[in-house]
Amino acid sequence: MPTLIELKDGVARVAEDAFTHVADDQDMAAGDVIVSLARFQAEGEGLLSECRRVGVRLQSHEEVEALAYDLPRLAAVALEFPKYRDGRAYTNARLLRERFHFKGEVRAVGDVLREQAGFMVRVGFDAFEPADDASSNEWQAAAHRYRHVYQRSADGHAPAFAERES
Amino acid sequence: MYQYDTIDKAMLADRSAEFRGQVARRLTGELTEDQFKPLRLMNGLYLQLHAYMLRVAIPYGSLSPTQLRKLAWIGRTYDKGYGHFTTRTNLQFHWIKLADTPDILDHLASVDMHAIQTSGNCIRNTTTDPYAGATAEEVDDPRVWAEAIRQWSTFHPEFSFLPRKFKIAITAAPKDRTAARVHDIGLVLKRARDGALGFEVIVGGGMGRTPYVGPTIREFLPVNRLLSYLEAVLRVYNRHGRRDNIYKARIKILVAALGKDEFAKQVEAEWAKIGEGADLPDTELARIRGAFAATPFETLPAQSEAFEAAKASSPAFARFVRNNVKPHKKPGYGIVEVSLKGIGDTPGDATSEQMDVVADLAEQYGLSDIRVTHEQNLVLPHVKLADVPAVWAALHEAGVATPNINLVSDIIACPGLDYCALANARAIPIAQHIAEKFRDPDRAEKIGELKIKISGCINACGHHHVGHIGILGVDKKGEEFYQLTLGGSGAEDAAVGSMLGPALPYERVADAVDTLVDVYLRERQDGERFLDTFRRTGVTPFKEAVYADAH
Repeated sequence: MPTLIELKDGVARVAEDAFTHVADDQDMAAGDVIVSLARFQAEGEGLLSECRRVGVRLQSHEEVEALAYDLPRLAAVALEFPKYRDGRAYTNARLLRERFHFKGEVRAVGDVLREQAGFMVRVGFDAFEPADDASSNEWQAAAHRYRHVYQRSADGHAPAFAERES
Repeated sequence: MYQYDTIDKAMLADRSAEFRGQVARRLTGELTEDQFKPLRLMNGLYLQLHAYMLRVAIPYGSLSPTQLRKLAWIGRTYDKGYGHFTTRTNLQFHWIKLADTPDILDHLASVDMHAIQTSGNCIRNTTTDPYAGATAEEVDDPRVWAEAIRQWSTFHPEFSFLPRKFKIAITAAPKDRTAARVHDIGLVLKRARDGALGFEVIVGGGMGRTPYVGPTIREFLPVNRLLSYLEAVLRVYNRHGRRDNIYKARIKILVAALGKDEFAKQVEAEWAKIGEGADLPDTELARIRGAFAATPFETLPAQSEAFEAAKASSPAFARFVRNNVKPHKKPGYGIVEVSLKGIGDTPGDATSEQMDVVADLAEQYGLSDIRVTHEQNLVLPHVKLADVPAVWAALHEAGVATPNINLVSDIIACPGLDYCALANARAIPIAQHIAEKFRDPDRAEKIGELKIKISGCINACGHHHVGHIGILGVDKKGEEFYQLTLGGSGAEDAAVGSMLGPALPYERVADAVDTLVDVYLRERQDGERFLDTFRRTGVTPFKEAVYADAH
């Protein structure tokens, strides 16, 4: 079971994971669950009617647009990094926040390494299952290594050009 | 020139500190080489055949004398007293010790330099016209947009793990000195009939195993919409570019697979959703523009007596002027090309002493501005004609005044098997043999513009596909052979060269080039370049001559 690190108000903390990841070939667990897109499409209505929180796990080739109408009902979206080099989840995360204004948890799962923490936080991830055993302190340091940023993104960090104007 | 402010400097300091920590973790063994590899690659540090290679970024090929002197000093202190300028207008040190790299990055940061995004599947150094701000040909200064892209692309949170590396070139002149059409994105700055500035956007050009001249996906993009449009292109690519095969992962493969119209349609749809919120505010554009607008030119007569007198009295100087001095937009100034292609030298190499000489000259005579060209030479873009004789004398003394810009010995070559773990064959000695063959400067001038480009393997770092004569090293049963292509061009008339015939053994390449040149001189009609003659006659006369003795 990987550690869950949550980022709230800029502070990374180890958190109790309320969700259970349920694979497609597993029996449904009780309580809050994260399921695949396919399973959500098949069983989502039922799960949501059971008064529990539901999250969907997207593989890197699956696009958040597929969830557009369901997002208001979802508590979490988990985005997979099959390899840290596969950068598609960054686009998914950013669109979730910027285009779909998703307010729930956006969780990084898979090959999640602290060296990518800064990028992940900037595109809107706020929960992480590190694959490199990074502690919350290490994650915190890695996520906030840079004092400035050059671009607008989903984290609301004022970019350099805005700082220069103020 | 653009000056880094406290924000730009803080970014470099933070990066340097981060890498120092990563190297420390590697040196204590906390990180294995496998774990460390992606981290060092993010900082331009490669492990090559014999040593670590550090690739230092030179954003849009622009250097101050202070920066060039620092590079010279690093070369002297941590390397073997030289550096290698690359076709991405960066500088590589080939003999670096891992333990020294954090200090080197600190020294670089002290002069606003770094190795950020000189490797990895991210947006690499944006290149532009080395004559920017100096040539009368340009419609506007392309460095403004190159700097805007530098900032936008640096540590981009969404686009740092693309399917593959990504290279952007910007030219603002019809004569393209950036090879824009063989880039992932080529931007050609233009003016509309109403005077508005915009970009022609070319996407999906490239070299490597599958060379393409990139198609234009938008004829005119208003300049102030550049960043949102780039975001749209990169997002479509990040989502849909292939990730299953490293050789099919560049954007050119996606554009070719979808077709340019469908690709353009997807980009336009994404762009419409992004909207203007992703563009730079005009105030920031004005700030950047201001940094490039302030070149303190003097009002001078168009002609310089001292310059004309020196040409009349020194044939060597006159030859240098004919080949290495280009017209400047301001009367009384010239653009001076510093050749890093001395006969018998390694193309693109400069010793620390040579770098110091060029830095001093830039300071004394060149408004403290130095450029690196993608053809691996240096440029002093703003020299008063009256000062050119003194500049030439000093360059000549330092061995970097070879009067061969755009001539047969101005060769692009990758490091090849002498350094690179990927290479099949040597590239540097081939370049040296060819240069030796054409050592006679009269003959070289008579031949005129002839671009020879040599790659030691199919990855095409030496741009062989777009050489007027391209040379590709291949391995045949453990022996070095070379495949020749003719008719390529990376300029505004971009084309991928076509194969001459069977590959030639190492020792026959320079002779074959000699034969090709003889055919050209025999066949050429008035004023034709090698490329023009080839395009008119086709491959037949060239092929017959080179393979004559094989029959």
